[in-house]
Amino acid sequence: MNVFDIIGPVMIGPSSSHTAGAVRIGRVVNKLCDGQDPVKADITLSGSFAETGRGHGTDRAILAGIMGFHSYSPEIKDALNIARDRGINYSFVNEDIRGAHPNTAKICFRTADGKNGEIMGSSIGGGNIIVSSVNGMKVEFNGNSNTILIMHMDKPGVIANVTNMMHWQYEDLNISNFRLSRQEKGGEAIMTIETDNLPPESLIEDIRRINQVTNAILIRRL
Amino acid sequence: MKYESIQELVDEACKNNEKISTVVLRDQAKSMEVTELELFEKMELDFEVMKSSVLDGVKKDLKSMSGLTGGEGFLMKEYADKGDPLCGSFLAGAMSRALSVAGCNAAMGKIVAAPTAGSCGIIPGCLISMCEDRGIPEKDVVMSLFTAGAFGMVIAARASIAGAEGGCQAECGSASAMAAAALVELMGGTPEQCADASALAIASELGLVCDPVGGLVEIPCIKRNATGVMLAFSCADMVLAGIRSKIPADECLDAMREVGDEMPRSCKETAKGGLAATPTARKLIKGVSIQNPSDSEQLLKGSI
Repeated sequence: MNVFDIIGPVMIGPSSSHTAGAVRIGRVVNKLCDGQDPVKADITLSGSFAETGRGHGTDRAILAGIMGFHSYSPEIKDALNIARDRGINYSFVNEDIRGAHPNTAKICFRTADGKNGEIMGSSIGGGNIIVSSVNGMKVEFNGNSNTILIMHMDKPGVIANVTNMMHWQYEDLNISNFRLSRQEKGGEAIMTIETDNLPPESLIEDIRRINQVTNAILIRRL
Repeated sequence: MKYESIQELVDEACKNNEKISTVVLRDQAKSMEVTELELFEKMELDFEVMKSSVLDGVKKDLKSMSGLTGGEGFLMKEYADKGDPLCGSFLAGAMSRALSVAGCNAAMGKIVAAPTAGSCGIIPGCLISMCEDRGIPEKDVVMSLFTAGAFGMVIAARASIAGAEGGCQAECGSASAMAAAALVELMGGTPEQCADASALAIASELGLVCDPVGGLVEIPCIKRNATGVMLAFSCADMVLAGIRSKIPADECLDAMREVGDEMPRSCKETAKGGLAATPTARKLIKGVSIQNPSDSEQLLKGSI
């Protein structure tokens, strides 16, 4: 924690958890779109997000984040109209997601090139978030560090190939957190790697070339 | 520094006879690996946003998202400028700034969370007034934000700054304590006096519940920002008059944490207790229409 976590963040009101945090959950989707425009977003609001979200602009905030705006962007207030103008087909439903944190949103999205994805994230106070699943697989990252998501097949040696390559070709890069999650043995899996410093774009290209890796995405510090 | 005790801040500052803000700026620059100048300039930007949020929020026709609040900053400013406020035009002006910033927040304007969005009016209300109405140089006022921030870091580590965890004492109480410490430093008080002022503010809001009507950061949050300003000034003045806090600041924070832990869930930002559960609150929420007709039903179903 530093002094700007207390005197800050600069944000659009009214609520650090229901507005600023909601923007940041949306921003994770924007990063996952990987440069493509989002064209569809179906958003499920759970718990307190569902109960008091509309009055806090949680819906606008999530859409603003999906479109790439920041928690300090004045566009948040007009995000519903901006999304409509950009031709984004969006919907909101309230539904209790069992076992989820009180401020949780699930977002199913589609990009202009036809890729589908889904994330679940929670706003845990003061604008901080935790992303708990990506494409149905459990993850856990907060966006405060640079995070690399690596989708791959669950085969022996993939993790070693990734971390060895990171160590030998990018030796200054220090991994601060690592997590693996898979749907089933031998099936789709996801590695979450957080790093202390910002990894260069070429690293992502290098990871994508590794055998059994289906995709890699860098989520820069939110 | 670990920012786990107010006494640590006081001791560090007293070691070389420095202000708390000086010690904090140096320490934070070191731990964030940037120069002191860069850090100071970043804080200057925050202060600029605080000032613009006063201007955005003082507009006459300002309305909150729900339509339940708006225009409080404007009314208070008119009264401060033209009337004969009981507490004097300086304090009335400070209250009007706090109301404006909190109103700006409720209308989805741009603010600085300090420490939270719900309590964002208290520190600007106090410090912008010191700058604009008492002629304290802006550079000093920006520096005092490092003192306020350091006190906030200790409060977050030792107690809480989230209404959902500790009630309103954790939000408006924390903001008043942070502001009181900064005010004392600006008036030339000692680091120990800064600590005492924060202790008095924490002690005064101990047990305050977080009971937003309909779960919205509007009623009573906006007005608690104005009373929070008054609390900060009165605690600062008591200390500058030579009055001490009998209970040390760190012990006040420990008490705040315990009180927050024991506070019923209904009084911790769930909109199920306190003012939020009054008959009038229920009636007000029924009339709220934020976006489409089904919203008010959802609000009603969800929060009461």
